[in-house]
Amino acid sequence: MTVTHAASGALESFPALLERNARMHGTKPAYREKEFGIWQTWTWVDTAAEIESLALGLINMGIAEGDYIAIIGRNRPYLYWSMVAAQAVGAIPVPLYQDANAEEMAYVLDHCGARFVIAGDQEQVDKVIDIQDSLHQFEHMIYLDPKGMRKYDHTRLHEYSHVQEQGHAARDELTPELHRRTAKLNYDSTCVMLYTSGTTGKPKGVVLSNRNMIETAKNSSEFDHLKAGDEVLAYLPMAWVGDFIFSIGQAYWTGFCVNCPESPETMMTDLREIGPSYYFAPPRIFETQLTQTMIRMEDAGPTKKKIFDHFMAHARKVGPAILDGKSVSAMDRLKYALGEFMVYGPLKNMLGFGRVRVGYTAGEAIGPEIFDFYRSLGINLKQLYGQTEASVFITQQPDGEVRSDTVGVPSPGVEVRIAENGEVFYRSPGTFVEYYKNPESTRDTKDAEGWVATGDAGFFEPSTGHLRIIDRAKDVGQMADGSLFAPKYVENKLKFFPNILEAVVFGAGKDRCTAFINIDLTAVGNWAERNNIAYASYQELAGHPQVLATIQSHVEEVNRSVAQDEMLSGCQIHRFLVLHKELDADDGELTRTRKVRRKIIAEKFADLVGALYDGSPSIYTETEVTYEDGRKGQIRATLEVRDAALASVAPQRVAAE
Amino acid sequence: MMDASAGYVTEDGRQIGGVLMEMKNITLRFGGVVAIKDISFDIREGEIRAIIGPNGAGKSSMLNIISGFYTPSEGGVWYKGAPRPPMRPYEVARMGVARTFQNIALFEGMTVLDNVMTGRLTHMHSGIASQALWWGKARAEEVANREKVEEIIDFLEIQAIRKTPVGRLPYGLKKRVELARALAAEPSILLLDEPMAGMNVEEKEDMSRFILDVNDEFGTTIALIEHDMGVVMDLSDRVVVMDYGKKIGDGTPDEVRNNQDVIDAYLGVQH
Repeated sequence: MTVTHAASGALESFPALLERNARMHGTKPAYREKEFGIWQTWTWVDTAAEIESLALGLINMGIAEGDYIAIIGRNRPYLYWSMVAAQAVGAIPVPLYQDANAEEMAYVLDHCGARFVIAGDQEQVDKVIDIQDSLHQFEHMIYLDPKGMRKYDHTRLHEYSHVQEQGHAARDELTPELHRRTAKLNYDSTCVMLYTSGTTGKPKGVVLSNRNMIETAKNSSEFDHLKAGDEVLAYLPMAWVGDFIFSIGQAYWTGFCVNCPESPETMMTDLREIGPSYYFAPPRIFETQLTQTMIRMEDAGPTKKKIFDHFMAHARKVGPAILDGKSVSAMDRLKYALGEFMVYGPLKNMLGFGRVRVGYTAGEAIGPEIFDFYRSLGINLKQLYGQTEASVFITQQPDGEVRSDTVGVPSPGVEVRIAENGEVFYRSPGTFVEYYKNPESTRDTKDAEGWVATGDAGFFEPSTGHLRIIDRAKDVGQMADGSLFAPKYVENKLKFFPNILEAVVFGAGKDRCTAFINIDLTAVGNWAERNNIAYASYQELAGHPQVLATIQSHVEEVNRSVAQDEMLSGCQIHRFLVLHKELDADDGELTRTRKVRRKIIAEKFADLVGALYDGSPSIYTETEVTYEDGRKGQIRATLEVRDAALASVAPQRVAAE
Repeated sequence: MMDASAGYVTEDGRQIGGVLMEMKNITLRFGGVVAIKDISFDIREGEIRAIIGPNGAGKSSMLNIISGFYTPSEGGVWYKGAPRPPMRPYEVARMGVARTFQNIALFEGMTVLDNVMTGRLTHMHSGIASQALWWGKARAEEVANREKVEEIIDFLEIQAIRKTPVGRLPYGLKKRVELARALAAEPSILLLDEPMAGMNVEEKEDMSRFILDVNDEFGTTIALIEHDMGVVMDLSDRVVVMDYGKKIGDGTPDEVRNNQDVIDAYLGVQH
């Protein structure tokens, strides 16, 4: 790996960056937290003092270099300081998911062998106390909010502020030791260890060095022109790599301000009050906000509703073009400006996006309509693709080249290559050092030259050079004629329709694709109510001819969209049926996180899959269901199998790069 | 079992102080109806004291006597070692007694913040004119009081509804707001009239946790009436049991649980 040290000078650790920020941006706000109804502010100078006291306190308590310190709690300045204080004394911070249960926490605490735990409140302290007997290396716990803990046994428990006070009191003796330890830090020292959530098997500890974090923070900050004076709201889990990059990495590199909400429930109000200029959210949050806006607009007076609809239609037409700096007629621009005054501006203010200069979404596919809604308002929402092992960034969208179906170009300093089977590999200064105590997994994931397998399949669009992720690599298959089969890609397109809750696409090894559809009872039920369609059960509604017609139109629209993609055009859906029951985790058809278990569904509904391929117009079936209380029952139904019109395909086929 | 001045130590190791309030031979009559018959008991500093009993036992009447809303027909209330003369409720409030109500009594149209601020009324001394002008002493006073209120909002975790009108809140939260308002008065004794009535299990757990935290954090003495026996036995240090206006038991939850009169009262015996 070639990394130039010259660019960053001696700024090879976060304590070093902190010292620089206190010098250069001393009086600028570094952290804010709303407490007692008022935003409390700490400047970079304040922050440096707080962190120093805590670091001295930690030395005072006997922390050694190379120790692991687990940090558990919601986003609070004090916990962010804990991470940098831990680094300053030569220890390694390990932020944990605060909603993890005691068992999961026990695994991680035991795996990293944390001697110290810094916990946010009583809830977290209780969890650790529950499991402390099985943790051999655990020694001391520091807590932040003393509420409810007055009566606890304090032989191993310490209040955060007391640790700081004791550290401060002993500063004369301990400062040389702190300086000695901080001075030793360099690009190769471990910056942080983050546990991946682990959908399969146990969580793995991803070791990230200062080089990983600082180089990535620097590159990504420059990419989006982040600077001191920017504002972010820190509300995503501290154990997630993204939060570390945004709230510590980029914040320390550029010197911008991190704002912490008062409580998880007040997040939306706090967002509006802060008006961040740089914002990150998973698609789910954007979706919820859009739905809420639309529901509230339905209740608005007719005049307001008309104005809203009129200008939103205009925004959809020209908004994204204006944002991308393309040419738009003067008349349209004028009308857009009027719309900004009357609708877009107030709406953005309401949503807390009034000042957003750069916004990112990632994690899963975002519906094009949701994406376009925000962009048409003039919010520069972009997508990125990344993972913990890459210190987040693999690809991201440059300003002016944003689309809902790509994840952008390789981030600065990142090399991306596509393997024979379509799997995406990358190599970058952000590439993780290793999985902690797991050389085997490290070898499986990262090869000798530093290339890391993402487990995702994708390809570069020849025309734009943007990466498109189509599916998990292990789910991508081939159809009988050898063309690419990417079920999730098609399923996501189907699920973007509010009427469709779930979709399962079949076609691996077959000559054509077919699908099961689950209707969304809320959306379709709402529609039935408005159109005076009576129904007695989910099954009856799912089998209603008008519902089937609507779903058919959705499927055909997806076919048209899929056909435009010459690589994936084979994935058009030839036949489909609407299932008589909702796919359910209780019946084993979905995982607890609502991911489709393709294989189990194909086995369980083998008769239905058969009907999709043998051309029969309808099929009678009996299905066993499990009720919430564990009883079992039978559902009988005759399902109609429908043919969907196919869109014409460009015959040319391009292999993956 | 305990001597009047020294106090005692609870099972979980809390030091309970001397007698804060003492009911001496209280009788309460409404015309010919005798609601309370010759009851005596004390409330000690720092303890959680429960009053329980079947419907119509006279629990709420007892609480109303403690809060000064009713004046006993016979007997008297001793507060901090001296007999308390008949008082108006606001005078009792000024002495450091605050309460919540069985049927929530909040200002529905006002926000949570404003409702809790009303709890600070006994701590405000500026005149109407300066308050209306938001000037001078009134301003400084409001800022100081707001700070106290914000601490309580933080303590009871109701930040998210700070600016929400109370009328829009669900029942369980209203109960919490009422507790917040009572706490805002910084009472030395807090009276809770059925704090868990009508709550689901989760809301009850939350409320129990808050009651314990209040007692632990602020050292507030708490007297509560409650129907849910499980809650009472878990929360309280000592329990007074009433039936038909008489005291039929007094002691720790365990003592009361094994008291034959109490068992009879709850299971039903011919009177």
